[in-house]
Amino acid sequence: MEAFTTHTGRAVPLRRSNVDTDQIIPAHWLKKVTRDGFEDGLFEAWRKDPQFVLNQPERVGATVLVAGPDFGTGSSREHAVWALQNYGFKAVISSRFADIFRGNSLKNGLLTVVLPQETVDALWKLTEADPTAEVTVDLVSRRVLAEGVEAEFELDENARWRLLEGLDDISITLQNEDAISAYEARRPAFKPRTQAA
Amino acid sequence: MGRTLAEKVWDDHVVRRAEGEPDLLFIDLHLLHEVTSPQAFDGLRKSARPVRRTDLTIATEDHNTPTLDIDKPIADPVSRTQLETLRKNCAEFNVRLHPLGDVEQGVVHVVGPQLGLTQPGMTVVCGDSHTSTHGAFGALAFGIGTSQVEHVLATQTLPLAPFRTMAITVNGELPDDVTAKDLILAVITRIGTGGGQGYVLEYRGEAIEKLSMEARMTICNMSIEAGARAGMIAPDETTFAYLKDRVHAPQGADWDDAVAYWRTLRTDDDATFDHEVVIEASELAPFVTWGTNPGQGAPLSASVPDPASFSDPSEQLAAENALKYMGLTAGQPLRDINVDTVFVGSCTNGRIEDLRAAAALLEGRSVAEGVRMLVVPGSVRVSLQAVAEGLDKVFTAAGAEWRHAGCSMCLGMNPDQLAPGERSASTSNRNFEGRQGKGGRTHLVSPQVAAATAVLGHLASPADLSDVSQPVGV
Ligand code: SF4
Repeated sequence: MEAFTTHTGRAVPLRRSNVDTDQIIPAHWLKKVTRDGFEDGLFEAWRKDPQFVLNQPERVGATVLVAGPDFGTGSSREHAVWALQNYGFKAVISSRFADIFRGNSLKNGLLTVVLPQETVDALWKLTEADPTAEVTVDLVSRRVLAEGVEAEFELDENARWRLLEGLDDISITLQNEDAISAYEARRPAFKPRTQAA
Repeated sequence: MGRTLAEKVWDDHVVRRAEGEPDLLFIDLHLLHEVTSPQAFDGLRKSARPVRRTDLTIATEDHNTPTLDIDKPIADPVSRTQLETLRKNCAEFNVRLHPLGDVEQGVVHVVGPQLGLTQPGMTVVCGDSHTSTHGAFGALAFGIGTSQVEHVLATQTLPLAPFRTMAITVNGELPDDVTAKDLILAVITRIGTGGGQGYVLEYRGEAIEKLSMEARMTICNMSIEAGARAGMIAPDETTFAYLKDRVHAPQGADWDDAVAYWRTLRTDDDATFDHEVVIEASELAPFVTWGTNPGQGAPLSASVPDPASFSDPSEQLAAENALKYMGLTAGQPLRDINVDTVFVGSCTNGRIEDLRAAAALLEGRSVAEGVRMLVVPGSVRVSLQAVAEGLDKVFTAAGAEWRHAGCSMCLGMNPDQLAPGERSASTSNRNFEGRQGKGGRTHLVSPQVAAATAVLGHLASPADLSDVSQPVGV
């Protein structure tokens, strides 16, 4: 995973709540067996509408998505995170994220930042008034900065450390081989098996 | 202090606990399907890691599989590639697979319980949000992303952040005609699609205790639609009776040990939940959704709500968008909504009891002119049982299509899809925009409401069928 320290870029205001993962990447895209090439599927249905915010020329190259509450609800598809990243987003800001989506995003180095709705409103206003306005998401100081906006955000220390270092979860877990083997040795005999070991 | 059911199961799976780090939990059962696993197997190959516990891993094909002509090659080359990739990966990594055509094939959340692999007190994961289904057995079961699928394949563990607990107590008895599906739709409308966020829900109370295992699965299945991490129901005699003698249920002395352990899996009397919701079962009625998320629902007797009636501005906007997408107007009685398609199936309502309930209402009646009805069993075993009971004949005699097992129109990854603007009454779990096909409009319903709707051509409850004859002996 690529490390995330700080990022500055232009923003896309997405004034919608409950953006579910079926909207982020529709099911027919899920047939792909790779982690890349999902950019054209991002918000596919909405992008057919020329008015949709992502289709506005001034949003080309923007890297910070600012969305309404309950972003990423629904299906567990990690493809939603890959689609956002493939498209070029580095961070998503919302007042509330669905749990699985948030977990997936942090595992892939897409920073999901929880800010109060008032701050989200302020960022929407700012970037709608001035599409060239830049937003900085700083994981080192845990702050979001933009003109007239300075907001701290929470992220649990462990997740933050993994992101800052770009660490791979599996290698970290495998350092606990002894603990895993010890647990396996004391599992009850009645637990089911799918096949002979 | 006492502990809740969820906390007990969690504590029993802690492999490692360290200050300032998430607990590392052991995973008892890992279910796989074709959609969310290919990139995980790729990751293993790249780092030359094996699957740590092939004996705790099982795969089935469900999301992409066709429900017609299953003996012919799959027409869509991309779907075919995905299934072939799963077959290749399972062979290479020695994972048990039930492919299309196999007698144990079916929707992953129907297959696990029916094999007896899902048991009380287990941790169950799958790269699929509806893994919450397995919580009906008192298991801690949750959906994970593909990175976590790879993590479990490699280590059989997951580092997990702690959760909060919420009790959903349903007092009294469900009225006739009110099903588990109506109950869970009402719960989601009440607490909202984000209301369960960060929580493991425990459903309890008299109405829950009276439910069959299949009805409990319907409820836990949709916990994720309230945003919850998982949903659980304490195991009891109903659970044990369901499991007894299933292929993978414990046998002999193991069975006794297991039941003794399972009986400890109840929330202690002095345990406290972080949040509690109380629902009176007697106040519930058949429930349908009118919007584009599962929290936008109402009793069937109600009308399409006026967006202005929502106090929260973001809910107001969501309702406006939903009505536009759904082609509905505020104030329109829900019963006046005509449908083009009725879908009975999915991991929410594709089990044998669901098919029996729908068939009982269709027997001797016909699907309304111009309405297409698809009945898709949740698994091959469910299908065989239905055929043994003659349910398939009831469906086809009524004019419905009887299909092969799979996810089918629940998410439209195979050819079973709604056309743009087409409207369905569906027993599945998600009414998101385009979920059942681009531009398709979905109303979530119980199998009973689905059957009544199919006969009358508009959203309807079983009670509305009293005028439509059901001759004896037909
Ligand atoms: S039936 Fe629907 S919800 Fe269930 S696993 Fe299949 S696609 Fe997902």
